[in-house]
Amino acid sequence: MFDFLDSPQYDLLGAFWVTVQLTLYSALGSLIWGTLLAGMRVSPVPLMRAFGTAYVNVVRNTPLTIVIVGCSLVLHQTLRIELGGGTSKEIGFKMAILGLVAYTGTFVCEALRSGINTVPVGQAEAARALGLSFFQVLTLIILPQAFRSVVAPLANVMIALTKNTTVAAAIGVAEAALLMKEMVENESDSLFAVFGVFALGFVLLTLPTGLFLGWVAKRVAVKR
Amino acid sequence: MTSVLYDVPGPRAKRRNILYSAVFLVLLGLAIWWFLSVMGDRNQLTADKWKPFVTDGALWTTFLLPGLGETLKTASLALVIALPLGALLGIGRLSDHAWVRVPVGTVVEFFRAIPVLLMMVFASAVFAQFTPIESDVRPLYAVVTGLVLYNASVIAEIVRAGILSLPNGQTDAAKAIGMRKGQIMGYVLLPQAVTAMLPALVSQLVVIVKDTALGGAVLGLSELLFQIRPITANYGANTIAAFTVVALIYIVVNGALTRFASWLEGRLRGRKKSTGAVVPVEKVDAKMGGGA
Repeated sequence: MFDFLDSPQYDLLGAFWVTVQLTLYSALGSLIWGTLLAGMRVSPVPLMRAFGTAYVNVVRNTPLTIVIVGCSLVLHQTLRIELGGGTSKEIGFKMAILGLVAYTGTFVCEALRSGINTVPVGQAEAARALGLSFFQVLTLIILPQAFRSVVAPLANVMIALTKNTTVAAAIGVAEAALLMKEMVENESDSLFAVFGVFALGFVLLTLPTGLFLGWVAKRVAVKR
Repeated sequence: MTSVLYDVPGPRAKRRNILYSAVFLVLLGLAIWWFLSVMGDRNQLTADKWKPFVTDGALWTTFLLPGLGETLKTASLALVIALPLGALLGIGRLSDHAWVRVPVGTVVEFFRAIPVLLMMVFASAVFAQFTPIESDVRPLYAVVTGLVLYNASVIAEIVRAGILSLPNGQTDAAKAIGMRKGQIMGYVLLPQAVTAMLPALVSQLVVIVKDTALGGAVLGLSELLFQIRPITANYGANTIAAFTVVALIYIVVNGALTRFASWLEGRLRGRKKSTGAVVPVEKVDAKMGGGA
C-alpha cells in the first residue's frame, strides 16, 4: 500500500525539504519586513504611516495566490526581473519567497502593532522624559517588550506560513503540494495513503513549531 | 495609541518630519519610477494594453464578471455548507461526554493543521476516481469540499469561542429555571453566540474568498484569477493590466467585507441589550488565509 514511498520517481524528503526552506527564508524575511512596516505604522512621519496603512490594507485583502502568481508572471516572465538570476527553478523559488514575505509581513506587522499596545504608556513616557528619540524609544524600550508579548500570535502566523508555502505549487516550485498533486494523479490506487503521508508531513512540521513557540511564549512573556 | 511614542511635534520636530517625509517620498518615487521604466521597456504601458478594460464591455461580460460570479458562488457555497457543520463540531467539542469531545477535537485539529490546497487536490482525485461527477464541474466540487473541510474546523473554533465568551450567569440562570442541556444550548447560548461571532464569521468569509483563487491556479476552477490567461490571450499579452484589474477587484470585495466586519463588531460591542460578548476578529486564524 505504501510502496510508492520506495519509488525513486518521487523525492518525498526533497519536496518537504523545499517546503522547510521556503518556510524558514520567508519567516526570516517576513519578520524583518513586518517589523519595518510596524515601525512605519507607529512613526511620527505622516507619510510613512499612510504608506504602512495602505500597504497592509491592500496586501491583506489580496489572495496570496494572486501575490505569488503575480510575482512569477508579472515580475519574472513579463518584466524579466530575476532577483540575482539562476536557473528558472531557482528564480521560481525566489519569487515564491518574495511573495510569501510581501504577504506574511502584513500579518507580522499587525501582530507586532497589537504587541506595542500591550506595553504600558508609562514606559514610553519615561523613555521620552530621559530624552530618547522616537527611534530609540521604539527599538530600545517598546519593540523588545512588544516582541516578547507577541510570540504566541507570531507562532500562529508562522504555522499559517508553513501551510501557505503550498501556494508556491501554483508557480511550479517543487515543494510538497506539487509532489502530492503529481502523486495523486499517478498512484490512483493508493490515493488515501498518499494523502495520509502528506497530511502527516504537515502535521509533523506545524505541531513542533506550535509546541516550541508556545513554550517560548510562556518563558519570555513579560509578567505584568 | 501611537501618539504616546512621541511628543506633539514642536517646531524642530515638525521640520524634521517634513524632511523625513521628503526623503521617503523621493525613495518611494524612485521605486515607482524604476518600476514604470521597466514596464515601459517591456511595452506594458502602452494604451492599447489598458484601454480594453475601460472601453470594451465584452471583456467584462465574457471574462471578469463571470469569473467574479464563480468566485462568489464558490465562496458562498463553501460558507453555507461549512456553517452548520462548523456549528455542530464546535458544540461537539464542548460536549460533556469524552467520547464526543475527543474525536471531534481530533477532527477539528487535524483539518486545521493541513493546507487547504492538499485537501482540494485530494478531493479532486477522490471525485475523479469514485464518483460520477463530470470533469467540467469537478473543480468546483473539489474546491468547495476543500474549503468546507478547512473552514468548518475554523468555524467550529469560532463557535466554541463564541459560546465560551458568554457570561457564566447565562448558563446558571437557565439551569436554575430547570432547562435541560439541549435547551440551554439551543435557546440560551447558541442564539447569543451567533451574534457574538458574526464579525469573526464575516472576516472568515474574506479568507474563503481569498482561498478560492487557489482553485483557479491549481485545479482550473474558472474563477477570477483563472480569467487572466484568456484575457491576456485575447487582448494582446496585457498581463500586468489584467493582473492589476483582477487584484483590484479582490481588494475591493475583501476590503468591503473587512469594513463590514469591523463595523459589525463596533456595533455589537456598543449595544445595550446584549451581554457585550464578541469574539474578536483578530483572535480567529489571524486572518491569514490560514489554509491556503
